Amino acid sequence: MIPAAFDYVRASSAAEAISLIGQHGSDAKFIAGGHSLLPMMKLRLAQPAVLVDISRISDLSYIKDAGDHIAIGAMTRHMDVEKSSVLAQHAPLLAHAASHVGDPQVRHRGTIGGSIAHADPASDLPATTLALGATYVVQGPSGTREIAASDFYKSFLESDLAEDEMLTEIRVPKMNGAGWSFQKFNRRAQDWAIVGVAAWRGANGSGVGLVNMGQTPILASSVSTALAGGASIADAAALAVDDAQPSADNNATVEYRTHLAKVLVRRALEQASA
Amino acid sequence: MQIKVTVNGKKFTSDVEPRTLLVHYVREVLNLTGTNVGCDTSSCGACSLHLDGEAVKSCTILAVQADGAEITTIEGMAAADGTLHPMQQAFMENHGLQCGFCTPGMVMAATSLLKEIPNPTEEEVRIGLEGNLCRCTGYHNIVKAVLAAAGK
Repeated sequence: MIPAAFDYVRASSAAEAISLIGQHGSDAKFIAGGHSLLPMMKLRLAQPAVLVDISRISDLSYIKDAGDHIAIGAMTRHMDVEKSSVLAQHAPLLAHAASHVGDPQVRHRGTIGGSIAHADPASDLPATTLALGATYVVQGPSGTREIAASDFYKSFLESDLAEDEMLTEIRVPKMNGAGWSFQKFNRRAQDWAIVGVAAWRGANGSGVGLVNMGQTPILASSVSTALAGGASIADAAALAVDDAQPSADNNATVEYRTHLAKVLVRRALEQASA
Repeated sequence: MQIKVTVNGKKFTSDVEPRTLLVHYVREVLNLTGTNVGCDTSSCGACSLHLDGEAVKSCTILAVQADGAEITTIEGMAAADGTLHPMQQAFMENHGLQCGFCTPGMVMAATSLLKEIPNPTEEEVRIGLEGNLCRCTGYHNIVKAVLAAAGK
């Protein structure tokens, strides 16, 4: 399968990338690792007229301890997130979730920023960073702005990013030793989750993100509210789908997903609380 | 667009359409047909090759994205005198292939894995090769071969 023809330009800085995307307008797309975009282009589900390659912006590939949070450059690859000692110490849930994205070859190319900007509800890292209360830093022609992960995801593959804005950094609050769990249920190793759960629980409360349980990644706020109010894990997990809108596909009916989400949230909370 | 790449130690300069996939560039422009196209959807791993030393799926990379890179394909694994790479030798000795279609990708993924985890457990090999499918289901001997190549 060959993508439709397009023009290709390469940016060496975020400012240049934003200027290039501005010049080419709504028919242009950023490409980072390309492991979400290229498959869509090969299926002709996406036919951008211009690709702006941002994968070579090397100063957007980093993982830094920034005090109360870890700052991750948008072009940091999944493999580097997975193997980061800084994340292993301060946000192990994210490092672990990254190790479940695709397979090693995919993780050598795909980036955390690309995955989040793609805003696929079935992807692991959008829901995981949502559960962790991350903030996304976005750069546009008139400067940068910060968007809470909980305000970022608008609809299926739609985010709060404007056409001429680029995600540059992901800020993940330190977990401060909170317990955590990542549950990914799929039938084949490298598949997307049929349902996935990223959860943490600590002195400051809890966070539960759901993968593939709606048009966007879902923050299961009802579960955290119930836990904060003293509910048992079983009772809180029963609320797992209160914030979700699961749909059916070849892998699962709505009923199956609903049941699975409750089971996986319970397992995740048990593991995070152990 | 013009790209410059080093493939199996040789330098190439080529004009490619931006939409040319790396696997098609390697197979059809450089005539290195050891790298196979299997699923063409970055699932099966048959098209795995090394880009700057790491296994990647060349059906999901544009040739223009590889501009400036060092690429190794299965043809570049054996020594100049024909001596097989230890991983190839281990696949041969352990009967790590049946039809052989997945083998180039398996060898490339397995050598990349051993760079990252030089002494893997059997489970680490199985997980490390999750991006490569063998439709003959010959996984058992493939895993044996990788463990043998790792010196186990």
